[in-house]
Amino acid sequence: MAALTREETEALVQEVLEVYPEKAKKDRAKHLMINDVALESSKKCITSNRKSLPGVMTMRGCAYAGSKGVVWGPIKDMISISHGPIGCGQYARGGRRNYYVGTTGVDTFCEINFTSDFQEKDIVFGGDKKLAKVINEIELLFPLNKGISVQSECPVGLIGDDIEAVSKKSAAEIGKPVVPVRCEGFRGVSQSLGHHIANDSVRDWILSNRDGQPFAKTPYDVAILGDYNIGGDAWASRILLEEMGLRVVAQWSGDGTLAEMENTPNVKLNLLHCYRSMNYISRHMEEKYSIPWLEYNFFGPTKIKESLRKIAAFFDDKIKEGAERVIEKYTKASDAIIAKYRPRLEGKKVMLYVGGLRPRHVVGAYEDLGMEVVGTGYEFAHNDDYDRTIKDMGDATLIYDDATGHELDEFVKAMKPDLIGSGIKEKYVFHKMGYPFRQMHSWDYSGPYHGYDGFAVFAKDMDLTLNNPCWKMLTPPWKKAA
Amino acid sequence: MANIMIRKGDKGYVFYMPKRDIEDSIVSMEFDTPEKWGGEIRLGNGGAYFIEPQAAPARLPYSVRAKRLDGVE
Ligand code: SF4
Repeated sequence: MAALTREETEALVQEVLEVYPEKAKKDRAKHLMINDVALESSKKCITSNRKSLPGVMTMRGCAYAGSKGVVWGPIKDMISISHGPIGCGQYARGGRRNYYVGTTGVDTFCEINFTSDFQEKDIVFGGDKKLAKVINEIELLFPLNKGISVQSECPVGLIGDDIEAVSKKSAAEIGKPVVPVRCEGFRGVSQSLGHHIANDSVRDWILSNRDGQPFAKTPYDVAILGDYNIGGDAWASRILLEEMGLRVVAQWSGDGTLAEMENTPNVKLNLLHCYRSMNYISRHMEEKYSIPWLEYNFFGPTKIKESLRKIAAFFDDKIKEGAERVIEKYTKASDAIIAKYRPRLEGKKVMLYVGGLRPRHVVGAYEDLGMEVVGTGYEFAHNDDYDRTIKDMGDATLIYDDATGHELDEFVKAMKPDLIGSGIKEKYVFHKMGYPFRQMHSWDYSGPYHGYDGFAVFAKDMDLTLNNPCWKMLTPPWKKAA
Repeated sequence: MANIMIRKGDKGYVFYMPKRDIEDSIVSMEFDTPEKWGGEIRLGNGGAYFIEPQAAPARLPYSVRAKRLDGVE
């Protein structure tokens, strides 16, 4: 059951679009759809991965954010230089809470902002010399780094610096990989292209480094791809895989290392959590190394159970039994969680607007708690994401691509969800409107949400937020009597 | 001409174009025998591409150049 009927939802979309000028209205209409679970392909119903309209408030990030912030940043023993002015790196530092084990500043570096800090003279005379100097300084001050990546910010592309040449020369000097990444923010329409560029640079500069070297393989080697260990997500996933008898060779890239990435071509199966940000490298490994890849979903017991069985199907009976054992062991605990929280959350409606995988992946976890997702959408998805979303969402629910500030506000006002899950840019607006809100990019400083352990935290967080009495006491500032 | 990658999915061939990040099912392929493979392919989204007919690749996924004949993007 959706919050509104199909007709009502259609009317709502028309009403919301009303304020736009004719051309914008036509364009935005293509990005909104009312779900029909019978569809196989989203192509005809929703347009995605297009340039945002000038003048609307979009929530998207840039290609640099996708590369440095998402894919490269969490590799803990590599140093990612934010090459360009200082701001991009400073605001992208540690915001995603990619947990890792290590001593920051000694052998791990995720939380430190390394930047070439461009000044006017670097723009005028070029920044290549400075980059070489930065790399040498890093090597001197942080000798335990395993490699360096150069994450280009906008100006680097505009002035035409040759970071590839500098990287090659420096790599030879320091005897470690130095990876130039052409992820200038102006490329593409959103952070999505940054993921792609980052994947391609991993492919070109890292992945085949150890080809032909001996590696003690087992038949149960797997790699976790597209898990950034936000609040410990990858750890909560990894223990389940290990308990069922698999050996996790690499984590990409949350709490991951360069060596792990270089060893990945040896695995039997790539497990892909965030399809959007790492399908590229999975496809490449499938073609080059014949490693199959499998999308899985570790949100909520129903999906976990399905995923564990899907994963086990790739292996022998030992692993299949292992999966059943894991499911049995944790089902009791997750049943207890559901028994505790479901009565408090049953029938509540949720609206989501997030990034890569969550708008569809968390639907199952909400359903386990008896809640219903009535609207969902992605900042930077492509059509293949929507193809996958149609099946996870209920009929006649609302799906929005690259939603604008205005659209989100109006949808929320009309659909009156009991809980909103979205990002930091949306958070305070909805707080002021008195809506229970969870920041679903970094789990609102909580987590993990993956795996059975994560589900316990997830359920508790949703209850704490939704049933918090404070929301009813809020009057938005614009509704207060002057 | 663009590079595409063809892989085997649950329901037959899957088309993928890295440059534009387009993934779609292949609903028909003109030639699909070991000796002759390729030709005109039709996608789930209505698009059509042409692969120079050739011997079937030894294993999938397989990257190949293709020409767009018709349809979206
Ligand atoms: S768009 Fe350019 S300047 Fe802005 S954050 Fe991204 S890289 Fe930096």
